[in-house]
Amino acid sequence: MSDAWAIDTQQLTKRYGTLDAVRSLDLKVARHGITGFLGRNGAGKSTTIKMLLGMTRPTSGSGTIVNRRIDHPRESLEARRRVAYVAEDKQTYAYMTVEQMIRFTRSFYTDWQPDLERRLLDELGLPARRKVKALSKGMRTKLALLLALARRPELLILDEPSEGLDPVSIEELLQTLVATAAEGTTIFFSSHQIAEVERIADRVCIIDHGQLVADLSLDDMRQEYRRITLGFTSEPPVADFHMPGVEHVRTSGRQMDVFVTRNAAAVVERARRAAVVSLDVTPLTLRDVFLETVQHSLRETA
Amino acid sequence: MKFIVNPSTGQPLYLQLIQQVRHAIETGVLQPGDALPGLRVLAQELVVSPNTVVKAYAELERDGLIDIRHGSGAYVSAKRGLKPRVDRLRLAQERVRALVSRLHADGLSDEEVQRLFEAELLFSAPSARRK
Repeated sequence: MSDAWAIDTQQLTKRYGTLDAVRSLDLKVARHGITGFLGRNGAGKSTTIKMLLGMTRPTSGSGTIVNRRIDHPRESLEARRRVAYVAEDKQTYAYMTVEQMIRFTRSFYTDWQPDLERRLLDELGLPARRKVKALSKGMRTKLALLLALARRPELLILDEPSEGLDPVSIEELLQTLVATAAEGTTIFFSSHQIAEVERIADRVCIIDHGQLVADLSLDDMRQEYRRITLGFTSEPPVADFHMPGVEHVRTSGRQMDVFVTRNAAAVVERARRAAVVSLDVTPLTLRDVFLETVQHSLRETA
Repeated sequence: MKFIVNPSTGQPLYLQLIQQVRHAIETGVLQPGDALPGLRVLAQELVVSPNTVVKAYAELERDGLIDIRHGSGAYVSAKRGLKPRVDRLRLAQERVRALVSRLHADGLSDEEVQRLFEAELLFSAPSARRK
């Protein structure tokens, strides 16, 4: 049953002093797909990833990654053979050439795939003899990807992979990610670049103040999530719109915005019966959902 | 044949892809026996999750528009008379044109007409939209 999840955590918590960096996180990431992990700076994305990879110990709670327990030393080690990680800073040995770096990394892995390495080297257009320190940030990302992918991992985790890249490099990065997913690798990547997550992800998990505040399918979002703006000639009948599927309602004078995650048709039907004088239905974008969710959780914690 | 998807319209990407393939088949831009791009190639070209392509192709196959041959890819299916569909679309376009010009005559602006159409389409049930 747990086989379905590449990542599965229960009540995962990391406390630094009095600060809960991650708080009771129940995160589920399906296999065979691309999941985006969105959150503001300091929301707990990196801390979560570090716990998943066994780089830091959870204060409490538990979790598995490719079915291996993250707080179990031997299982965590086994997991790290099947999982590849591309960090934000892409730390590599600056004095080595690309070729040396590849040879050095290869020596740590028994399941390294030389054919795949050559194909990636060719596709990514990496200059084999150039020193790592002379590579652009985009090239360094490509090298980190090659080192991560040449052992065909079950799961690829990336922490802010597009940070600091120019638009062309971002495009190439995204192309490499979708091509990798097409070959069966599950991808989980954190980002605060909403537009790129919206393009390639199947699902999106949103974290705020260390807590999971949303876990949604982008197909569902596009199909069902709507902002319904209603105009009235008197005070909007807010209470009439507390109905299934309505996430929240906001009024501004005689205008009312109804945010729905399903049942938009029923809301529109009710609005028509409620003497509405103007009616607009607009699809929500991931940016809308992100801002609404994060601002909403801000109000609740305040 | 190039396809385009827009991530910020209120429509799942796989449905956008289905519509474009269907349209290309209905208009004859894609013809029986033509090969469709492979999973990896199309995902990379559109820069979308491969699941988008998988879902679209699976649905197109269910509808009998394409055949998926394991190991060799997807092809436009040979069967099915498509002519009536083209005619139906042409008829529908005439009706829309007539309706729009009547609404214009009633004094509605382009923007208002567009908004009315969008409001009608956006909240309609997914099953109705897919047909």
